[in-house]
Parts: sequence; C-alpha cells; structure tokens
Amino acid sequence: MSNGTLLVLGGRSDIGLATARAFAAAGWDVQLAARDAATLEPEARDIALRHGVTATCHEMDATDLDSHAAFYDALSPFPQVVVCAVGALGDQARDEADVASATAVMRANFEGPASLLAHAANRMEGSGTSTIVGISSVAGDRGRASNYIYGSAKAGFTAYLSGLRNRMTGKGVHVVTVKPGFVATRMTEGMDLPPALTATPEALGQAIFTAVAKQRDVVYVKPIWRLVMAVIRAIPEALFKKMSI
Amino acid sequence: MRRELSGWGRVPRTDCAVIAPRDEAALRAAIATGPVIARGNGRAYGDAATQSRGTIEMRHFNRLLAFDPETGQVEAEAGVLLADLIEAFLPRGWFPWVTPGTKFVTLGGAIAADVHGKNHRRDGAFRSCLDWVEVMQQDGSVVRAEPGDDLFEWTVGGMGLTGVILRAGLRLRPVSTGWIRQQMVPAPDLATAMEVFERDTGTYAVAWFDCLGQGASLGRSLVMLGDHATPEDLGEAQRAAPFNIPRRRRLKVPMDAPAFALNRFTLKAFNALYWRAGLRKAGESLVDWDSYFYPLDTIDEWNRIYGRPGFAQFQCVLPLATARPGLEALLKAISASGQGSFLAVLKRLGAQESRFSFPMEGYTLALDFPVSPKALQLLERLDAITVDHGGRFYLAKDSRLRSDTLRASDPRVGAFVEMRETGPRYRFASGQSERIGI
Ligand SMILES: Cc1cc2nc3c(=O)[nH]c(=O)nc-3n(C[C@H](O)[C@H](O)[C@H](O)COP(=O)(O)OP(=O)(O)OC[C@H]3O[C@@H](n4cnc5c(N)ncnc54)[C@H](O)[C@@H]3O)c2cc1C
Ligand SMILES: NC(=O)c1ccc[n+]([C@@H]2O[C@H](COP(=O)([O-])OP(=O)(O)OC[C@H]3O[C@@H](n4cnc5c(N)ncnc54)[C@H](OP(=O)(O)O)[C@@H]3O)[C@@H](O)[C@H]2O)c1
Repeated sequence: MSNGTLLVLGGRSDIGLATARAFAAAGWDVQLAARDAATLEPEARDIALRHGVTATCHEMDATDLDSHAAFYDALSPFPQVVVCAVGALGDQARDEADVASATAVMRANFEGPASLLAHAANRMEGSGTSTIVGISSVAGDRGRASNYIYGSAKAGFTAYLSGLRNRMTGKGVHVVTVKPGFVATRMTEGMDLPPALTATPEALGQAIFTAVAKQRDVVYVKPIWRLVMAVIRAIPEALFKKMSI
Repeated sequence: MRRELSGWGRVPRTDCAVIAPRDEAALRAAIATGPVIARGNGRAYGDAATQSRGTIEMRHFNRLLAFDPETGQVEAEAGVLLADLIEAFLPRGWFPWVTPGTKFVTLGGAIAADVHGKNHRRDGAFRSCLDWVEVMQQDGSVVRAEPGDDLFEWTVGGMGLTGVILRAGLRLRPVSTGWIRQQMVPAPDLATAMEVFERDTGTYAVAWFDCLGQGASLGRSLVMLGDHATPEDLGEAQRAAPFNIPRRRRLKVPMDAPAFALNRFTLKAFNALYWRAGLRKAGESLVDWDSYFYPLDTIDEWNRIYGRPGFAQFQCVLPLATARPGLEALLKAISASGQGSFLAVLKRLGAQESRFSFPMEGYTLALDFPVSPKALQLLERLDAITVDHGGRFYLAKDSRLRSDTLRASDPRVGAFVEMRETGPRYRFASGQSERIGI
C-alpha cells in the first residue's frame, strides 16, 4: 500500500532525487519529471528496488510553458505532493554581458517553476489535502553583485510561493518554501564551499520530507543560514552597495 | 579539485586530484589521464585508494539495477554500500553472503579486496557470491567477466589495479530473521581458543584477544560463535516482526582524542573490563545483526580515537601448520613491546584458490596500533615473524609494508606484476601499488 504519490519537477537534480528517496523510504510512490526523462530510468529503477515502491519518469521542460497543461494531464495518478527543484545557477559574468542568457536564467528559476506550480495548484484546489514545495534560495533574500541575476529570479519565486501559500491557505493546499544555503550538488560541483555552511542533498531531502509532514511554511536548511541572511538583510543599503560579499 | 585523502587509519595523508564522475563518459575521460585509482568508501586502512595524480570517487555509481526475489540475485553499481543492500533486502529476507566488520564498504571495495567475514571457513571470501563483474579497462572499454576469466580472477583481490569496477552481479543469503544466535566461549589461552575454532563452529566464528596477556594467559580471548536465528529462536514480540531490530543510537567521536587517551593503562583497563563483561555474558544469547556484525559502526569516525597521528593495522594470515607457534611468537612480541592493541581479532580462514586475494587456509590475526616510532618497529618485527612462518599480509589493511617483505611473503606477486606490465600498470596505480612495487 502506497502512502501517496510525490512528483519531483527537476527529477535529475541532486536535491530532487534525494527528496524522492526520502519519500520512497517512507513508502511513497514517486514520479520524476525532467528533460530527457528516459535517461532517468536507472534512478527510477533504483528507487523502486530499494524501497519497493512505484517510480516512474516523465518528460517535462520547465521553460516550455505551453506544454505544462498536457504534462499534468498525462500524469496518473495525480500527486498529493509536488516538489519543484528546477533551477539554473547561470554564470554571473556571462549573464551580465549576454542579456539573452540572463533571461534564460530568470525563466528557469522563476517563470518556468511559477507556471508549473500554478497548474499544479489549480488542479489541487478542492481535491483534498495536498502540498506544494518550491525550492528557492537564500540568494533571493538580497540582491548581490556576485549573483543577482539568479538571486532576483529566486526572489521572485520566493514572493510567488508566499503569495500562493496565502491564496491556498484554507483551501486544502499547503505551500512550503525551502531556502537552502550551500548544498553540495551538481550545481555547485568544483566550488570551494565552506563545510560549516554546506548541506548534503540527503539532508535537504530529509528536511523537505519533515517540512511536508509538519506543514512548515519557510525552511532554511542549515539553521545558521536564517541568522546569516537576517544579518545580510539588515545591512543598510548605503553601506551594502559598497560591500563585496 | 584537490583534496587531502587518507584511508581509515588516517595515515598516510596524500594531497590528491579528486574526480567524482557521474557517468561512463566522464569516467573514461578520467582514466585517459592516468595514472588513477578507484576509491570506494575509504575503509581500507592505508593508501590503497589514494593516488595523488587522480583518485576516482565512485560515489555517484550507486544504483541498484536488478533483484530477483526468488534467487536473491542482485545487480548493482560498484558504489552501492553493503549497508544499502541490507537496508533494501534484509526486510525481504536476504543478507550478504560475506561481510567485513563494517557495513560501510562499497561493492567495488569488497570485490577489489575480496573481503572475508567470520564465515570464511564455511563460505569463502566475497568472490564466492559473485556471478560477474564489469570493469572499465585502461583503453576505456567495459568488459564483463565471469569466474574463470582472467579479468575476473585478477580483479577479485586485485586492489583496483586491473581497472575500475562498474557493476557486479552477486547472490545474497536467505535468512528468516534479523537476529543471530550467539555463543560466547571464554578461552583462557591460545590453545583453548584454537580448539574451539577447530570444532564445528556453525556459520560464524571470531575471537577477540587480550594482547596484554602474558605467561599463562598469553592469548586469553573470547570466542564468539554465531548462526542466523530462525523465528523459533525468537521471543513472541520479536517473532511478529523478525526483521525489526532495535535502532542503535549513533555516536560520534567529536574530535581527535588527545594522544594520552589510549595508552597502555587505559588499554589494560579496557581489556580487563571487556574480559570480565565477556565472562558474565558467556553462553548463548540473541544478538541483532547490526550489533553482531558491526559493533563499531554506531560510532561515527571512531578512527579519530587514535588522535592526529593516526593508526596502523596489522593483519596477516598464517598457514594451519605453523599457526600455533606463529601466533604465539606474534603475541609474545606484542606483549614484550608493551604496545597493546585496542582491537585484536583472530579468525579461522578456510582454503581458497585465488590469483591474488589475501585468504588462505589458516588463522588470521588483525591488530591496531597508534602510529609511533616504537609501534613501527614492532610492526617490522611482526612482519618478520609472519614471513618466517610462511604467512602473508592483507593489503586492504596495509599502509607501511615494504616491497621486499611483500615479495618474501607471497610468491604470487611475480605473476601479478607480469599481468600489470601488459597495460593496467600505466593507467591504474595507487599510493600502495607504487610503494610496494606492484
Ligand atoms: C572497521 C573495519 C572493519 C573491517 N573488517 C574487515 C573484515 O572483517 N574483513 C575484511 O576482509 N576487511 C575488513 N575491513 C577492510 C575493508 O573491508 C576493505 O578495506 C574494503 O576494501 C573497503 O571498501 P571501500 O569501499 O571502503 O573501499 P576503499 O577503501 O575506498 O578501497 C579499497 C580498495 O578497493 C579498490 N576499489 C574500490 N572501489 C573500486 C572500484 N569501483 N573499482 C576498482 N577498485 C575499487 C580501491 O582501489 C582500493 O584498492 C574492515 C575495515 C574497517 C574500517
Ligand atoms: N546547490 C545549491 O547550493 C543550492 C542552493 C540554493 C538553492 N538551490 C536550488 O535547489 C534546486 C535544485 O538544485 P540542485 O542543487 O539539486 O542542482 P542541480 O542538480 O543542477 O538541479 C537543477 C535541476 O534543474 C533542472 N532544470 C533546469 N532548467 C530546466 C528546464 N528548463 N526544464 C526542466 N528542468 C530544468 C535541471 O535539469 P537537467 O538535468 O535536465 O538540466 C536540474 O536537474 C534548484 O532550484 C536550485 O536553484 C541549490
């Protein structure tokens, strides 16, 4: 007997896969949605073998907005929990010079995920208890010169999730905003991350599972980040604009 | 990316170029840069899984590929841990045929070291549960090899030196509970311990030694025998959920222990306590699989209790004919040096035909020593005693063996090196293989 079905948007993402494993370990069936979904079959088979659940792969392109309705139409069963792990870090220097590539980063982090979750929310409304989880980032808490293109899109996504939560409260749909700091994944591979501030994808997966179970609103994954970002947000703009952090 | 890596003993530490490929293409590209060595979960004690010019972490190759619930056959990628197999399949009634004293080893590491458990005499080493391996070779090709094939025979026990193991097919053991029926037999001296081993011991047998015993109590030990329990052996509550065992609390050694924490006196106290606790528990008891097979796994990073200087393991096997005098000589040398060992484990190994694996029929002794100039002297002495008695050394535990000692102990080295000359030597090499010249 399955405990429910989880859909991971961005099913190849290290955080998304770790989330799928955490749910599968608790007896949930999982649906992995990604571009080039066929290449995810080994991951799905691994999850099914380990946990004795059903795991399937689904073709999905976050930036192909017109395809989203049909993508959900084809899902069966419709999931109780949807986690959006889609995102792209971009390359700040390149994106500053090349406006088109900056736009692509914004689409992958904001427009695409917002569209995907809008379709999900509209289908969930009135269909019993469901949960939407959006993975945003601490980068959205304040724009910094080093990553404001990615950060601004995440800021938009954070605001979107907050508004969606507000709209859906009382309508059976809970919305969780996850704001990771650094996570050791494909996205950050090769970067020199400070160990004390860096979480593993497995820790994220577990935190997301708990956040869904406990209906949390906003979760920072290493608690220290809540403090770090509070400090960063509190710096007066006159000072902040001269800083390099 | 460069990172400082070591084995479980934490010495030697090597600054390594580390690559963690996510697919075969990336792995192939890494091998092309050679020399490289594959790294599993870093549980080998020394420098078998480090290479300054290219250490390939296999952690992304961690998927289960297939399972047959009728036969217990599993196909999996090489980075899968034994812990993963147990978590996935014990609830369905299957356990690894062969397991070392920690479940945090990868399949790749278990194959490359051809690990043995407490059941070697009865069930052989890891090789005996393997159906096939797939290896990426020096030219980037992936070849499947089965028992009898040259590639299979050199890869099993080949310490990563034939190529990178990608996948394997193996068989699990059917079990009907997650419990072990344990029998604890105190042995006041070495002769008694060996008598217990020579009896029909059931599936598992291991002895824990008090290395500081002298004179008449030289070789004082607790022999622990075990068999998989059946539902009839369990109490009513356990029988209702025979694979559920109490969750063990995980502890962590928070930082490097100061060097004085483990000295002769604390060790003596520890050993005496353990011995007395053992006497009280002598006889039959039911022990869950995790506590029975992996008593140290609940303490994360327990290797840090030896502090920053790290520690060295010594593990040799002595042939049956010379085991008794050989073990006595080893224990006497240890006792005389006053360098106690925190862990001292004796096992009986069965006969095994293999090209380069460690086990042979006889007795294997494993000891830990905090690294110090005195300990290194003692280890040289233990090497010499082993060679004198026709024994050989376990490369998975080694961090300091000399090339000439290895050659004096093992006539198979020549053939291994000859196989390496045909290609793999150029692409695959570890700190260990360079040190001991294989
Ligand atoms: C507490 C403890 C108890 C132990 N008890 C036992 C025991 O009872 N019996 C026993 O036999 N051993 C025992 N060991 C040793 C351990 O089982 C072996 O060292 C094993 O090889 C470790 O596996 P690993 O995945 O950590 O490999 P690593 O330590 O990372 O590597 C070990 C060797 O395997 C090779 N290797 C790893 N992955 C691959 C791959 N994919 N392809 C090719 N080569 C590869 C490496 O190159 C290296 O030569 C014990 C170790 C510890 C720490
Ligand atoms: N790693 C961190 O430090 C960190 C910190 C804060 C927040 N986050 C956020 O966490 C989430 C997961 O990231 P991760 O760290 O797990 O990195 P990741 O492995 O790179 O995952 C990002 C995923 O987004 C997918 N994606 C990008 N554009 C897409 C599109 N147009 N359509 C469909 N999928 C698309 C990628 O799919 P493909 O494989 O098909 O390219 C990839 O699987 C992201 O939202 C990221 O911004 C990460």
